[in-house]
Amino acid sequence: MSKELPHISQLGDNAILIQFEKIISEKVLDEVLFYKNLIQQLYVKQKVEVINTYNSILINYFVTIEDVYSDLKAVKEVFQQNNNTKNIDSRVFEIPVCYDLDFGIDLELISKEKDLEVSEIISLHTQPEYRVYFMGFLPGFLYLGGLDKKLQISRKSQPRMKIEKGAVGIGENQTGIYPKVSPGGWQIIGNCPVDFFDKNSEIPTQISAGDYIKFKSVEKEEYEQIKEQVKNGNFQLKKQERNG
Amino acid sequence: MGKMKVLQSGLFSSIQDYGRFGNMKYGVPASGVMDRYAARTANLMLRNDANDAVLEITMMGPKLEFTAATKIVISGANLSPKLNTEEIENNEIIEISEGDILSFGRKILGCRTYLAISGGFSTEEVLGSKSWYDGITEHQKLEKGMEIPFTEDAANKIETFAALKFNDDYLRSTVVEVYKGPEFEFLSEEHKSKLETLDFSIDQNNNRMAIQLQEELPNELEPIITGPVVPGTVQLTPSGKLIILMRDCQTTGGYPRVLQLTDKGLRTMAQKLTNEEVRFYLTKPL
Repeated sequence: MSKELPHISQLGDNAILIQFEKIISEKVLDEVLFYKNLIQQLYVKQKVEVINTYNSILINYFVTIEDVYSDLKAVKEVFQQNNNTKNIDSRVFEIPVCYDLDFGIDLELISKEKDLEVSEIISLHTQPEYRVYFMGFLPGFLYLGGLDKKLQISRKSQPRMKIEKGAVGIGENQTGIYPKVSPGGWQIIGNCPVDFFDKNSEIPTQISAGDYIKFKSVEKEEYEQIKEQVKNGNFQLKKQERNG
Repeated sequence: MGKMKVLQSGLFSSIQDYGRFGNMKYGVPASGVMDRYAARTANLMLRNDANDAVLEITMMGPKLEFTAATKIVISGANLSPKLNTEEIENNEIIEISEGDILSFGRKILGCRTYLAISGGFSTEEVLGSKSWYDGITEHQKLEKGMEIPFTEDAANKIETFAALKFNDDYLRSTVVEVYKGPEFEFLSEEHKSKLETLDFSIDQNNNRMAIQLQEELPNELEPIITGPVVPGTVQLTPSGKLIILMRDCQTTGGYPRVLQLTDKGLRTMAQKLTNEEVRFYLTKPL
């Protein structure tokens, strides 16, 4: 059976936007990623970047689109000719986080508000495999899905002017890592010694949309060791391949 | 290698090319020249590539000294450029001798002007672009004492393209061409018609990242699931602020995207000053 086509339209003179069902779910993401791969193959010879968010694909051209009609048609055909989506390959990354109270400056507050021991918070946070939906907001910032409902907590009423690089936070149903010093409103529970964005590298980050990450609690000593390795450029993230 | 020494910084200038393309997937803003038409014209007159690095100058120009002979073209806004003591024209090839001083005076028309140099500026390239952006490149804006390198090939490159015409109508135009944005249809009929008929004034919050408008359209639109935005996307916040995203904008956003500027609309908007008025002209994609 043919299913409903997503909404495909021009966004300005340099992009095509494809909008899927308006929900945040791994099912929608898997579909988005499947079609993103196929669409990328249409454009191998052109200066075009294809990216995704929760439920959209953006085909972004370096210059003005020459023949929008023919490109829109080609994109539509990708959907018409490929009804059976299949999950793309992905990887699971192990991300070290130090949940020491020195870093987890809001842990005690969350502990009170949620009536959870700090150790329970850490265990709830390190339990899930979080899905990487996409990167945005700041270079190297991962939009993650999969936070345990018991850890959902409102943002700070007054955002902090400065949050440390590597800070791991929770806000509403989201969790994430600040890739650089920035202002922010999330509750901070720890710090991650890994760099998520290296502007001087040809591939500035190893993690891609569709991958999974799992947080691993490390003590301060190990945190410092990893930090040193990161600095010297000899730290390797642990990862596992996962076939689609 | 020749150098362009910064004697005075002016208000805000930065090195820009066509931007850091291909890094949206990492959440890196594209950056790049606000007005591609003017930058391109200046570059092509010198037989440079359209996206060679230029100096983007905002409102009040810097004072610059060249350490080597070269050729330059200034295009875009008219900020009364002067070479040593002589007034010079935009959109003309200017021969520079060693020790020449370029300065700017009164702002006559537009907001941003582009200084292109034969062979382009050769500052650091990060992630495929020389465009300055905080946290990505070493510098964010031009400062006194800086020395900006350029390739000294002007002498060999006699051939230029003086016949290129620059049409400056858009610098005077108050009409900003737009398409409907992805969430346009969710607007009330009243707001749809207001967007097309009202005059909107440029708010003082306007920079390379975004230009806000003063008039507000308070609304009860649902926020969207965070989705892609591009330069020229017009967002409407719940309190009614209209925010026109420009070249340094983030890659994703959660406010409804009610309009999308065309390329022409984008360069018109890039040349507007605080308190100037614009009106949106809704057009259909070709």
